[in-house]
Amino acid sequence: MNYLLVDDSRTMRNIQKKVLSAVAGATFAEAGDGLEALSVIAATPGGFDLMIIDWNMPNMDGIALVKKVRETDKKTLMIMATTEAEKSRVLEAIRAGVNNYVVKPFTPESLMDKVSQTISKAKAAA
Amino acid sequence: MSTATAPRPTIDSKFVLPFMNATRDVFLKMAGVTTTIGKPHLKSDTNAGYAVCGIIGFSGQITGSVVVSFSDTAAEKLVEAFAGVKLALTDPDFADAVGELANMIAGSAKKHLGAVASISTPSVVIGKGYVVANNRQIPCLVIPCSSPFGDFAVEVSVKRSPAL
Repeated sequence: MNYLLVDDSRTMRNIQKKVLSAVAGATFAEAGDGLEALSVIAATPGGFDLMIIDWNMPNMDGIALVKKVRETDKKTLMIMATTEAEKSRVLEAIRAGVNNYVVKPFTPESLMDKVSQTISKAKAAA
Repeated sequence: MSTATAPRPTIDSKFVLPFMNATRDVFLKMAGVTTTIGKPHLKSDTNAGYAVCGIIGFSGQITGSVVVSFSDTAAEKLVEAFAGVKLALTDPDFADAVGELANMIAGSAKKHLGAVASISTPSVVIGKGYVVANNRQIPCLVIPCSSPFGDFAVEVSVKRSPAL
């Protein structure tokens, strides 16, 4: 599984990496904001299997990144991982094209569960 | 002859509980640390309580700020529990971790404040003797917290804005 972790906190990206590394074969790329994520995506011809995206970031926020990616890519799985927990925000993210939503703070188990759910659901729909 | 006195500032009690719950939740879920919340009190001076702090601003229907401040030793241990690695105060990742903890407390509390508001990206101050210049029109409530790694405080200075 090839992940792109997009969060302006390096600590948060490291935590996510540590959790997701529990599954063999995980590889990671990282970006500190939406604009950097777009550059990383452009420089990665094979693309990513799953992106975990923070909402509040400088330069380009997570929701703008999701919309931009979905203009051309309906396939890559995207999970929003954010402190934005209001229902209106969750609905906005789903409308923009995320496959799942994780509210910070999260336990390692809850992050892993959301990722597993997202992958399973995509496989079942394929 | 009578002298007019300024009304004593008050803080809406509905603002307190979300920050208490958010603080407990963030440290338990993200660092595996149980925190005990003490009795909140109004802050009477502008001096920061501790040497390390993360600051988040609120805008929208809620305005103001929240400051999460730690002693340097408590910060080092709590950051280690959160980040999973020991970081020196001078390491840029240390400030990043403090900022992310403050971000999660503010963001988690925001959901329960019953208002549409945005939070800023965090600012982090490390060093003694700084002053946090809060808006004088908004009282600051200090929520004292203790943990096995040391004491810290969450300073809440927010108010509901007039309808936008």
